[in-house]
Amino acid sequence: MTDTLVVSTRRRSWAGWKFVGPFMAVFALVFLAPIGYSIYLSLYRNRLIGGNSFVGIDNYTQAIQDDQFWSGFGRVALFLVVQVPIMLILALVVALAIDSGRLYGKAFFRVTIFLPYAVPAVVATFMWGFMYSNQFGLVGNINEAFGITLPEPLSANLALASIGNIVTWEFVGYNMLIFYSALRVVPASLYESAEIDGAGAFRIITAIKLPAIRGALVIATIFSVIGSFQLFNEPAIMRPLARNVLTTDYTPNMYAYSLSFAGQQYNYAATVAIIMGVITMVIAYVVQLRGTREN
Amino acid sequence: MTTTVQSPRRPRDAAPVRRKPYRRGNRRSLTLTLLTGVVAIYSLVPLFWLVVNATKTPEGLLGSFGLWFDDGKFALFDNIAQTFTYDDGAFVRWLGNTVMYVVVGAGGATMLATLAGYGLAKFNFVGKRAVFATVIGAVAVPGTALAVPTFLMFSKMGLTNTPWSVIIPSLVSPFGLYLMWTFSAQAIPDEMLEAARMDGAGEFRTFLRISVPLLGPGIVTVLLFTMVATWNNYFLPLIMLKDPAWYPLTIGLNAWNDQAQTVGGQAVFNLVITGSLLTILPLLAAFLLLQRYWQSGLTAGSVKE
Repeated sequence: MTDTLVVSTRRRSWAGWKFVGPFMAVFALVFLAPIGYSIYLSLYRNRLIGGNSFVGIDNYTQAIQDDQFWSGFGRVALFLVVQVPIMLILALVVALAIDSGRLYGKAFFRVTIFLPYAVPAVVATFMWGFMYSNQFGLVGNINEAFGITLPEPLSANLALASIGNIVTWEFVGYNMLIFYSALRVVPASLYESAEIDGAGAFRIITAIKLPAIRGALVIATIFSVIGSFQLFNEPAIMRPLARNVLTTDYTPNMYAYSLSFAGQQYNYAATVAIIMGVITMVIAYVVQLRGTREN
Repeated sequence: MTTTVQSPRRPRDAAPVRRKPYRRGNRRSLTLTLLTGVVAIYSLVPLFWLVVNATKTPEGLLGSFGLWFDDGKFALFDNIAQTFTYDDGAFVRWLGNTVMYVVVGAGGATMLATLAGYGLAKFNFVGKRAVFATVIGAVAVPGTALAVPTFLMFSKMGLTNTPWSVIIPSLVSPFGLYLMWTFSAQAIPDEMLEAARMDGAGEFRTFLRISVPLLGPGIVTVLLFTMVATWNNYFLPLIMLKDPAWYPLTIGLNAWNDQAQTVGGQAVFNLVITGSLLTILPLLAAFLLLQRYWQSGLTAGSVKE
């Protein structure tokens, strides 16, 4: 792998900054400065008496003992463990099916399954929320038509699964496209020689295709981990349909949001956000290490 | 093709490998098609539901079967007219805001990502490693974790409740940077740049005249994805904006939807549904019309993944 860039002469050693500089300036303003600011906030506390004062790691010790935080965390962790594998496996299966060249109308499938990605979370949640409702939704229609009583999708037991369904619907096509794009650049000669060696379709998938798109699998997993821990839009938008189930501390993000905008506890909200950020980064890093280890 | 490398390694200067769709002896499978069809139906059912229900009156919404049209009453055009005029034409205003956020935000993000991706792919410069490390590290930080501190910062700077509070954070797309970086590395031969420099062309001139035309599919891809991100943005405007006059469509529709919950509020579900349909149409159309570009853009970007 020769990666000498032609333009490595000393004369141009700053020229690249003309191109990278504008991006980095905005990046510093909207990524780095807020990170720094939230670390600062998390070390202070605003009291009615005494004003703003330095409290060291007090906010962190409070968060670590905070049941509301951990119950939300447990919920998104469960979501991560169940929803992400279902979504990614479904996406992978569809990508392999489309790439196999054995489908009728594969262009149709590729586009239709991807389309939900272009739908805003707000609209996706409205649509599914309406369909879930037993008053004038599909669940209600089905109950009426068959004279049965289906379990309510937004009851305490099923709400998380119902949200998982919405998220799966939104992102299965997006992940499919990442996998499919990676599959398309695997040289066909590899398959041909495998076939000459007598390998079946399944063997070609496990021995050639999956290893070849490992990078895409790792990236999709990391994005999904981040997405799960950030879960906010879907439960927050559906909250009016089930206020007792989708509480304001349903996910860590909803908790941080309600702390800051309903409770004015900005310092503590920043602490919760930092803890979630650190946990996310650690898990993303582990996924990346595991995903690239053998190679 | 065993280099399944993660991010911070330099891409090879190779043209994207293309291949014809691989076919095992041209045998198409009906079973496989039907199974994939189930996933396609799953993807389409909610959209079909939305189209069907946008044609119903408020009574029809409650009284008729969800997945089929209400017999005899086709209220789509009434609903559209009402959506545009209800609440003193708030929908039109929100649509205009959304378009502005998308044009400035997504357009700006694409420009910055293209410049920076090109810079990273084609130049060696002081601090390049640091740029990689910071950008890639920061991508792992959940965006919503940044939202509250960004809000507090912006409120100190007097930017909250202005369009800037939504536009500025939209200008940075790490995913766009990554895509343009891999794309630039593959699509632009170093020899061409070298030749232009020999002829005495400046760096920006070379970029505009030689590189931008070669980056077309990559730019369209990044533009589409940043457009989706901006058009669909919810959390950021939710915390930044108080004044309905600056709302984008997503926040405005949610405000209409919540109206049914407030005391004395009027339930306008038919307008929420019709408004939702009108909101998603432009993006669906863009994706369908520009398929050729973004699909090749993504494929090229994934050579490196």
